[in-house]
Amino acid sequence: MTAMVKAEGVHKSFGPLQVLQGIDLEVKSGEVFCLIGPSGSGKSTFLRCINHLEKINAGRLYVDGELVGYRQKGDKLYELKDSEVAVKRRDIGMVFQRFNLFPHMTALENIIEAPVQVKGVSKAQARERAGQLLERVGLADKARSYPSQLSGGQQQRVAIARALAMEPKLMLFDEPTSALDPELVGDVLDVMRDLAESGMTMIVVTHEMGFAREVGDSLVFMDGGVVVESGHPRDVLTNPQHERTRSFLSKVL
Amino acid sequence: MTVDIDKTAGPEDTPPAGPEAIRAIPVRHYGRYFSAAVAIAILVAIIYAFAQGKINWGAIPDYFFDDRIVKGVGQTLLLTVLSMLIGIVGGILLAVMRLSKNPVTSSIAWFYIWFFRGTPVLVQLVVWFNLGLVFEYINLGPIYKDYWSSFMTPLLTALLGLGLNEAAYMAEICRAGLLSVDEGQTEASHALGMSHSKTLRRIVIPQAMRVIVPPTGNEVINMLKTTSLVSVVQFYELFRYAQDIGQTSGAPVEMYFLAAAWYLILTSILSVGQYYIERYYARGSSRTLPDTPLQKIKANMLSLSNRPAAGGGA
Repeated sequence: MTAMVKAEGVHKSFGPLQVLQGIDLEVKSGEVFCLIGPSGSGKSTFLRCINHLEKINAGRLYVDGELVGYRQKGDKLYELKDSEVAVKRRDIGMVFQRFNLFPHMTALENIIEAPVQVKGVSKAQARERAGQLLERVGLADKARSYPSQLSGGQQQRVAIARALAMEPKLMLFDEPTSALDPELVGDVLDVMRDLAESGMTMIVVTHEMGFAREVGDSLVFMDGGVVVESGHPRDVLTNPQHERTRSFLSKVL
Repeated sequence: MTVDIDKTAGPEDTPPAGPEAIRAIPVRHYGRYFSAAVAIAILVAIIYAFAQGKINWGAIPDYFFDDRIVKGVGQTLLLTVLSMLIGIVGGILLAVMRLSKNPVTSSIAWFYIWFFRGTPVLVQLVVWFNLGLVFEYINLGPIYKDYWSSFMTPLLTALLGLGLNEAAYMAEICRAGLLSVDEGQTEASHALGMSHSKTLRRIVIPQAMRVIVPPTGNEVINMLKTTSLVSVVQFYELFRYAQDIGQTSGAPVEMYFLAAAWYLILTSILSVGQYYIERYYARGSSRTLPDTPLQKIKANMLSLSNRPAAGGGA
């Protein structure tokens, strides 16, 4: 198994605020990788660094063997142009906490937007594929609904379908269920479980410990911008080695 | 809305089962009767005053569709449309410049807005008109060269004066619209691999339009009225023609009334257009779109015809 994402000493700061202080980790291809930790621990920021929504200040970050945001020539780093960054982002799907569906487009239009506009797929083809994706997330009858007409859980499932329409090789989930009513969480997690079974590489920032335990292949506990503990979810969640992990888990479980 | 209680108190409206409706004697608002009486009295006095004035009302219908007036209306509309086009295109450009990370373009945009918003449009018009006093020729190198006076026609003067001024206002309206779109939209679009310009065109601007359209409608209506200023640069439009007819026909005030009536008609038509454009850009933002006036009329007709069947009372 090759590494889909590899981080070496990743640092990120916003002004004087040090958010990531040296993250080293490796996400294998086909793996479901869960990131947990208290708010402000830097897990969402790290996720956003992976598709270059945030620029890292130090260290190296690789996706599928290629440097994120830069090109290395000899011992010099060249910043990538916006258009080159955009090309790399096509392969990385992202699902946001607040869904961020395009409100002026129907569910179907949301899904076909990027394939048509970015990849140049024909509209008919994109529509057909979007129909399949909507079926996969259980919303075949909502194709013509606008996001404001959908519940939070439905919106998030459309957002997942939208990301999948680009046929990414890596999916990033940024607390996908945190903004949902408790009874709607299950539907979204079901879709994610399905996706995991299909072999998609997924990095999931989550507070859903049950999901992490059941579906996750690896789990990392972050705090204060560093990785405190990592391992198989069952081991970390049931038998945490660090005091900080123990106190966090005692509060959320 | 305390008076509403009175309406539900009728015996025929009482629902068959359920709690007894409240029957209360409504509060008497004597102040309202008084203020209504005063307002009506003032209105009557004004109408009476105009009826007493020596106004030749007959002159207005006589000239209402005069060739010159109709031509003037056309010129006014043309000038409004072209000036707004310059204003909107310039405004979008300035707004994007203003929001860009490039400090040079953003300061230039700031300066432009500062200058054109800070000086009266009448002064700008007169300046454009009189630039011939300082430039004898217009010289665009090999492309174009001519006397300033034959280059700067009244139409061009009017367009530059109104359009460039409007761009400054539109820039602020567009900027507010662009800023109103949630940052998450840009992020989501970028995360899907869309470029900056596609994100702007496909995602941000369509959503910004909801905020941009209502004040822009205002600007169009304002522009239609402001075009009356361009008579000072010898451009003939509705107001100028009305003035001319007034001087030759000996009914100047009547012709001003006529012009005012035309402006009212045009602005009313524009308001209706604005309503439909706003409705178009509201899609997706509220669960159901508001009815168009036609749909409202239709719904009312239906509910009227259904009333005896559904109500069954009285």
